[in-house]
Amino acid sequence: MMSLQEIKKSFLVSLWFMFLTFPIMVIKVNTIEQTIDWRWWRMAGVGLGAFCLSFVWRYAMARKEAGKKKAEDDNIVKVPLFQRLLSDRRFTIPGLVTSVALVVIFPFVFSWYQTGILITALIYVVVGLGLNIVVGLAGLLDLGYVAFYAVGAYSYALLNYHFGVTFWMALPIGGLLAMIFGILLGFPVLRLRGDYLAIVTLGFGEIIRLVLENWNEFSFGPSGIANIPKPGLFGLKLSLQESTIYLYFLMIGLALMTIFVVRRLQDSRIGRAWIALREDEVACQAMGIDKTRTKLSAFALGATWAGMGGVVFAAKTAFINPASFTIWESVIILCVVVLGGMGSILGVIIGALILILLPEYLRAFSEYRMLVFGALLVVMMVFRPGGIISGVRRIYHFEEPQQSTDNQKA
Amino acid sequence: MDYFFELFLGGLTRGSIYALIALGYTMVYGIIELINFAHGEIYMIGAFTGLIVISVLTFMGWPTLAIIVMAALIAMIYSAAYGFTIEKIAYKPLRGSQRLSALISAIGMSLFLQNYVLLAQTSNFLPYPNLIPEWEWLKPYAHIVRPTEIVLYISTALVMVALTYLIKFTRMGKAMRAVAQDQEMSMLVGVDVNRVISFTFIVGSAIAALGGVLVMSHIGQINFYVGFIAGIKAFVAAVLGGIGSMPGAVLGSLVLGWTESFFTGYISSDYEDVFAFVFLVLILIFRPAGLLGRSDTDKV
Repeated sequence: MMSLQEIKKSFLVSLWFMFLTFPIMVIKVNTIEQTIDWRWWRMAGVGLGAFCLSFVWRYAMARKEAGKKKAEDDNIVKVPLFQRLLSDRRFTIPGLVTSVALVVIFPFVFSWYQTGILITALIYVVVGLGLNIVVGLAGLLDLGYVAFYAVGAYSYALLNYHFGVTFWMALPIGGLLAMIFGILLGFPVLRLRGDYLAIVTLGFGEIIRLVLENWNEFSFGPSGIANIPKPGLFGLKLSLQESTIYLYFLMIGLALMTIFVVRRLQDSRIGRAWIALREDEVACQAMGIDKTRTKLSAFALGATWAGMGGVVFAAKTAFINPASFTIWESVIILCVVVLGGMGSILGVIIGALILILLPEYLRAFSEYRMLVFGALLVVMMVFRPGGIISGVRRIYHFEEPQQSTDNQKA
Repeated sequence: MDYFFELFLGGLTRGSIYALIALGYTMVYGIIELINFAHGEIYMIGAFTGLIVISVLTFMGWPTLAIIVMAALIAMIYSAAYGFTIEKIAYKPLRGSQRLSALISAIGMSLFLQNYVLLAQTSNFLPYPNLIPEWEWLKPYAHIVRPTEIVLYISTALVMVALTYLIKFTRMGKAMRAVAQDQEMSMLVGVDVNRVISFTFIVGSAIAALGGVLVMSHIGQINFYVGFIAGIKAFVAAVLGGIGSMPGAVLGSLVLGWTESFFTGYISSDYEDVFAFVFLVLILIFRPAGLLGRSDTDKV
């Protein structure tokens, strides 16, 4: 299996990487003391690592190619094992029961720190599902989604600070304000397509953040707003732990509601219009779909979930400042959608859990975690470009009626 | 008037900085329609490599001029090598799949490279030596323009001329234009598409590295994060000019540079970036394909 040629190839790859990483990895210059540190042992490590990894890479590539070829030869849509399990009723119900049980007992078994992490993950589930409407269903690449998240968070924080508005009032208000912003952004960008849309939304996100950072009288600038109250439960006084558990269940409820709504939306008239718009704008208009209304509704609805997610985020952290709403946040939410599988609800949920929990639990490798995270994104996309759960297109199968032969037998 | 001139040259400096990065963005986009998020990181790695070469050679006591040339050359070679490798690892396997997947892969690469430099070198800002000597005849104008800036203008102009020649008059340039128009068709007439794409990445990355070394010696400090911000700004400039078009990238960069410079100089420095983005949005509303971009009509 490991022929001489392959070893030679890997040897060349490792030589290439040793060359590539030489200045940055090996030489370290101390510009103040004017000394140079030569770290040759690192070069050996890079060479050895590249040598081994190139075998793994080639093997994985060969398997991917083989799989693609097989799928083409057989001419059937191969549904991954995981998805087949999901559609099988025998597994769905026990699976559902176990996950419900897990979700319910989680905050009582694990520490409130762990519960807090899970709340963050749930916020990303909700926000990710919102972005999924815009990117996954309507096919509009939005790189400034975090702006709506910021609108939600700041509307709760500011309304509470000035008028003492409670969480439950702020939740719909935050959603509504974000929706208005979504429509405001939607109008000018209706004509733009593809990457122009991406860059304008990115610009919009940055504008919101920079305004929040600079308009001190309005938003208290970079120092942010502190002491944002947690949601109350009919005026009961809750301890920190109890309120975390309460927020957790509240978030589960919000996530379930989001899933329900998005599911219903997907199969509704407007949902199918979004998908049609994603597939082909001109053909879609020819079918009599109002492009303006469809695009605006995607922006508006997507923004609403982000706004509500933002309100919960403000309540959870009790402190917000513009630094929480940088472009990286948009990128992470986009990664949630694409990594999980665009257009698939379950995919977004799994994507959010992985992307939020993984860096948390990679803290053991503290400084290496972002490196690993970046590498994982690349590897994941190279080997599963459709995401973890790729949205399976609904296909109608027409089978030749075999009744005549059956009748003859009978 | 003096103040106006100062702002004008400041804008030209910014514009040249953006242009050197935006050219690589726009070249890659023109050919494979990918927003190469890692391009800013390649620029940063080029600048870091330059810093390392400068320090080592200074240590060995080379003459200043030789150091500058060597630093720029080695930085360009290394950045080109990084661009080439990144394309092979992160983008080539994704050709033909959804465009968003390639974008996420690019984001992952960008994150990886940032942290690679952070871990292998340092997270602190390092001082970047300015080796371009002060010229005697420029001394009276020192408050308006510095020698580094003049070198920057000249380099940008030279790069622009060289690129135009490359694209318009060489075989490779012809192949690049063909691939940009229609990948499959150019494959049919015998263009080695893989080689053209690799070449594009190599040239774009080398230009970014040249920019990196010059810009960092102008600014005077560097850390692992400089590529990200510069990359975003350059991308905005590329879109402003019409992404995929090279004169567009330079024009967009200069326009962005001047707007930023005049706005900060005459109105307010707090909202500098806000203004840049508002300007971008306004231009795209009235010219949805950028300043020099072609607007293709859709066919079904």
